[in-house]
Amino acid sequence: MTEPRTEPVRKIRTPIRLDYTMTAGEAQSRFLRQIANGKIFGQRCPECEKVYVPPRGSCPTCGIATRDEVELADQGTVTTFCIVNIPFAGAAVEVPYVCASVLLDGADITLFHLVQEVPVDEVRMGMRVEAVWVPPEERGPTLQSIKHFRPTGEPDAPYDAYKDRM
Amino acid sequence: MPEASPEVLSANHILEYPYTRSVGPIIGRFLTALRERRIEGVRGSDGRVIVPAVEYDPVTSEPTGDFVEVGQSGVVTTWAWVYQPRPKHPLDQPFAWALVRLDGADTAMLHAVDAGNPSRMRTGMRVRVRWRAETVGEIQDIECFEPEDPA
Repeated sequence: MTEPRTEPVRKIRTPIRLDYTMTAGEAQSRFLRQIANGKIFGQRCPECEKVYVPPRGSCPTCGIATRDEVELADQGTVTTFCIVNIPFAGAAVEVPYVCASVLLDGADITLFHLVQEVPVDEVRMGMRVEAVWVPPEERGPTLQSIKHFRPTGEPDAPYDAYKDRM
Repeated sequence: MPEASPEVLSANHILEYPYTRSVGPIIGRFLTALRERRIEGVRGSDGRVIVPAVEYDPVTSEPTGDFVEVGQSGVVTTWAWVYQPRPKHPLDQPFAWALVRLDGADTAMLHAVDAGNPSRMRTGMRVRVRWRAETVGEIQDIECFEPEDPA
């Protein structure tokens, strides 16, 4: 920055940063503690019986509290996905990689996570996947306790099995 | 802030986008002038001098391009005192956000005024630019404005 600069200014850096404290709430705190134990729990709405994961403590459709906890499989179905081709600062994995909505067996809404251990162009709607957990001693109350999902090799789920939960 | 129940987890999060944006020829020239410690506006179709420079005429929407250098002192047209500056604010000590109409300009620009105390602030007061030690071609090259009258 010591040389004289004769070129016109063409770009500026305009970083945006937000520091904040996230409070998980009771339902999500219980969910995260179970994640640290290698288990995935959702909550079932007593009225519409939908199972939410991660649970937020209430059903957005019925507007009532959800209290029944339901343990879910760590396997599920890819309902939709995208292939990320653009690297960005702070990214945890190298491009190209796949982010997918995974409908865990027993759940009614999807969880967003990475799908790895498969070429990106082989990921598809209906693909059956399972969670790959970090070793037990490294697990904590964070979704990063699940490293990613990977294909189970089972036949694809039929579209009808997930079309209402996308 | 009330303590959350010990059963409820909380964590610090940082959301950050390290944007770089291109500025185009008009804003680019305005910033280049700042790097040279000059302030330039553009003349609008109605003859008004608009500072900071804008890319399109506010009346006709035609592209602008008739640059005019303006003064480095001006008049505060309105202001608000900041008692507790935030980390990203331009000054660490309390200051005023103010609209400053520079000499030769017909519009006012938003910037900080380092007045030390709100009792020194008033609409109509004269202020002058304080340049940052090293200018690089961004709006922060103007560190702030300061009152022309000694305290």
